[in-house]
Amino acid sequence: MKYILFLLIGFFSLSGYADESSFQNTLNQLISKNFSTRFQVIEEIIDSEHPRTKFVLQSLLKNKIYYIKHQKSVALMLKKDGKYVLSSLINGNHIGIFSKREIKKIGINNKIRKKIKANLSILDLAHSDKLVRLKSVKNIYSSINQDTFNILRLLEKTEHDIDVKNSISIAINIYNLDNKHASERIKAIKYLYGNLEPIVKVRLNTLASNDSDKEVRLAATVSLKSIESKTNVFKILETLFFGMSYGSVLILAAIGLSITFGVMGVINMAHGELIMIGAYTTYVVQLLMPNYIGLSVLVAIPAAFIVSGLVGVLIERGIIRHLHGRPLETLLATFGVSLVLQQAVRTIFSPLNRSVLTPDWMSGSLEINGILSLTWNRLYIIAFCLIVFLVLVMVLKKTSLGLQVRAVSQDRNMARVMGVRSNWVDAMTFGLGSGIAGIAGVALSQLTNVGPNLGQAYIIDSFMVVVFGGVGNLWGTLLGGFGLGIMNKLMEPAVGAVLAKVLILIFIILFIQNRPKGLFPQKGRSGEN
Amino acid sequence: MRSYKNKVKMVLAASLAITLNVTAFAADTIKVGVLHSLSGTMAISETTLKDTMLMLIEDQNKKGGVLGKKLEAVVVDPASNWPLFAEKARELLEVDKVDVIFGSWTSVSRKSVLPVIEELNAVFFYPVQYEGEESSKNVFYTGAAPNQQAIPAVDYMMNDIGIKRWVLAGTDYVYPRTTNKILRAYLKAKGVAESDIMINYTPFGHSDWQTIVSDIKSFGSTGKKTAVISTINGDANVPFYKELGNQGMSASDIPVIAFSVGEEELSGLDTTPLVGHLAAWNYFMSVDAPENDDFIAKWKAFIKDDKRVTNDPMEAHYIGFNMWVKAVEKAGTTDPSAVQEAIIGVTTPNLSGGVSAMMPNHHITKPVMIGEIQADGQFDIVWSTSGLVAGDAWSDFLPGSKDLIADWRAPLSCGNYNVKTAKCSGQNY
Repeated sequence: MKYILFLLIGFFSLSGYADESSFQNTLNQLISKNFSTRFQVIEEIIDSEHPRTKFVLQSLLKNKIYYIKHQKSVALMLKKDGKYVLSSLINGNHIGIFSKREIKKIGINNKIRKKIKANLSILDLAHSDKLVRLKSVKNIYSSINQDTFNILRLLEKTEHDIDVKNSISIAINIYNLDNKHASERIKAIKYLYGNLEPIVKVRLNTLASNDSDKEVRLAATVSLKSIESKTNVFKILETLFFGMSYGSVLILAAIGLSITFGVMGVINMAHGELIMIGAYTTYVVQLLMPNYIGLSVLVAIPAAFIVSGLVGVLIERGIIRHLHGRPLETLLATFGVSLVLQQAVRTIFSPLNRSVLTPDWMSGSLEINGILSLTWNRLYIIAFCLIVFLVLVMVLKKTSLGLQVRAVSQDRNMARVMGVRSNWVDAMTFGLGSGIAGIAGVALSQLTNVGPNLGQAYIIDSFMVVVFGGVGNLWGTLLGGFGLGIMNKLMEPAVGAVLAKVLILIFIILFIQNRPKGLFPQKGRSGEN
Repeated sequence: MRSYKNKVKMVLAASLAITLNVTAFAADTIKVGVLHSLSGTMAISETTLKDTMLMLIEDQNKKGGVLGKKLEAVVVDPASNWPLFAEKARELLEVDKVDVIFGSWTSVSRKSVLPVIEELNAVFFYPVQYEGEESSKNVFYTGAAPNQQAIPAVDYMMNDIGIKRWVLAGTDYVYPRTTNKILRAYLKAKGVAESDIMINYTPFGHSDWQTIVSDIKSFGSTGKKTAVISTINGDANVPFYKELGNQGMSASDIPVIAFSVGEEELSGLDTTPLVGHLAAWNYFMSVDAPENDDFIAKWKAFIKDDKRVTNDPMEAHYIGFNMWVKAVEKAGTTDPSAVQEAIIGVTTPNLSGGVSAMMPNHHITKPVMIGEIQADGQFDIVWSTSGLVAGDAWSDFLPGSKDLIADWRAPLSCGNYNVKTAKCSGQNY
């Protein structure tokens, strides 16, 4: 532990120059197959205070340390052009090039990983970036001990950033919850009043039931109550967020259908597969630009719109056009198309799921406090869904295409008399709806599997939202999606995911019986038919 | 027009000739039926097994086939449709006259095939880990029974990691429900309180895991070390693990140990946030054994893709196929009854450097391994049994089945013999 203090205060002393061969000997003990022996060796490495310790720990974490089987010695492995190049961990000297069978990785398990991370995290307490410092203090919360406590006490005095300083005080007070003086314990409880970190709650729970001092027990109980009520509020907010994000996925999947089904009256069973094509487009775009994952998702949006849109136009021109006014045949034909598309994807891309990478800016979560954290990908998808929705509403309201689409959907014959090329409008409408499905595929590729079955999973939900919201009404789709999403998430904790789904379906059946046209019935001639 | 008709006739004649040719040729071959879904939901897992079988058969033919005859694969597609499994099995046995079938993935498809293969007395190899509670005269279970996967995994979590609180999360169908029933009984027998067990089921293909992951997080925030035992199957895993990563539930806080997630499932996923989560199997691609290196090299060459991975059910087929070959050679015939008798006690090398044997209850001996997910989508083996574990068809932890044993050798020849009442319940399984 001493070497950490050395590093923290800035003593990169060369005095701790341990004998290199003895350090290599310690490293070589890592070859042991037994993980608890490995753990002990790693403790030894940490205690050795050797200047390469941090490097060794980081390399272990990255799975870069191998041993050469016949030499029984441990070294750093770097893969170059498919070859395994080994070099010394101590001075970086080149050892040689080996084949895969001659070397073996030194694996680590969770216990070792945790130990190494905790140690590296303490090193980060002196990092120049305040966010790194903040994270490393928070990592210490649940594992704080005498050593880290002492380090934090030192740091508290020199820390300038207010956030980091606050979190250091929280950590110190968490440690003080076990202070031997009752008054100190009460002080700590008072300081942590209303703090929502899970570890605080755990500690207070033990204090409230086990502490020897009556006042401490009382203070802990009071504090727990305030945590409890705050927790409940945040849990409700969390559920609402979950519902919104589930709803936005439903809306994205359904909104294209709302156009083709609602406006054109075509029951397109291949809608799910158009979503799937959008997701595969994302995958292909990522293959084409492997070094720009962050950008690739943005590029994929127009690409998926175009690809799915074109496939949609093809389906419309090739099949649906010839079945105009025969809904049952259309349904069967598009169902056939969906099977063809699925099997085509299986043949082209293999039946295995494809891995679509999530860009850094979409991973992880936005932490509001110890209880509520909102995942970034969901936040982006909610925003994305709203943007797509607004753009679509604008297209239908403000452009001439939108005007013609509305005209054809309200009265096809009259529109034709007025000079609207209804055939062209049909193709464009179907293309637009399909393109939007493609965009939904880009969003879904960030949440779920990109595989041949992706579409099937969403087709029923999409129909449900469209029917519930009211056929042909975009606002109905929006409200219907959010409504069903939130309803589902409210029920899920109480009755489980399986039953929640069943209840939603029952609800929709009852709802449709009472209001066959959904939340927002379409007005106009076609609506009345 | 005439010339067109002529052309059609010629093509027909030619194709007829080819068909006849094949039939003539087929008389000198031993037919191996492959019953894996190549379309529908399960195609994702089963197509690989079909390819594995084709590779094994090709390999055996290079070595001169079996009993001096070449092997011929008959591949059918039951399309992830459970009743179709039974029809296709019948077609394989009655129309194609295959001598053995390798197939199925889900338990429900196996149960669907069962009456057909028992009626027609076939030899059937089932390569996937399953819930046990079954032993048929006609089925050879080369995947893990619960005591070869679930129970050792729970032991590891309890003893080596010190887990006190358990979440049993699964997909809502027979394998997770039965496994969780066994695990719940086992945990209670080990003194785990009812309030420290949370059971959660989700539909097939569940994709919105926000609430459940958040529930698991709060269940695990009581200060007691918590773990998730996952029997979540198939496509639902990717969104589940993505949600774990995004909500920051790391393996050092709440580890997840899965029974249905292997190298293949992870190949569709960025595993960086999942490092340290676990899986229990009888084989991992990362096993350090020369047999395994050879198998991987052969597989990559066969499938012509250097990125493809191998997994546990593939090894099960490897073992099962080699056992069948040995049994046929031992019996000197492919006659099902003779093979069923000959195969008991047959041993073949597995891919982890040991030797697996077929037990009298039609299950095999296998090592049990626990692996931790790495950033490259592979597993690092962190624990394994010192020897091999024999599969137990009937769990010792369920009241209905703890007195049952299966032994297909004469004179017992029973799949569910009750040692207390000394009776065989008479059914074949």
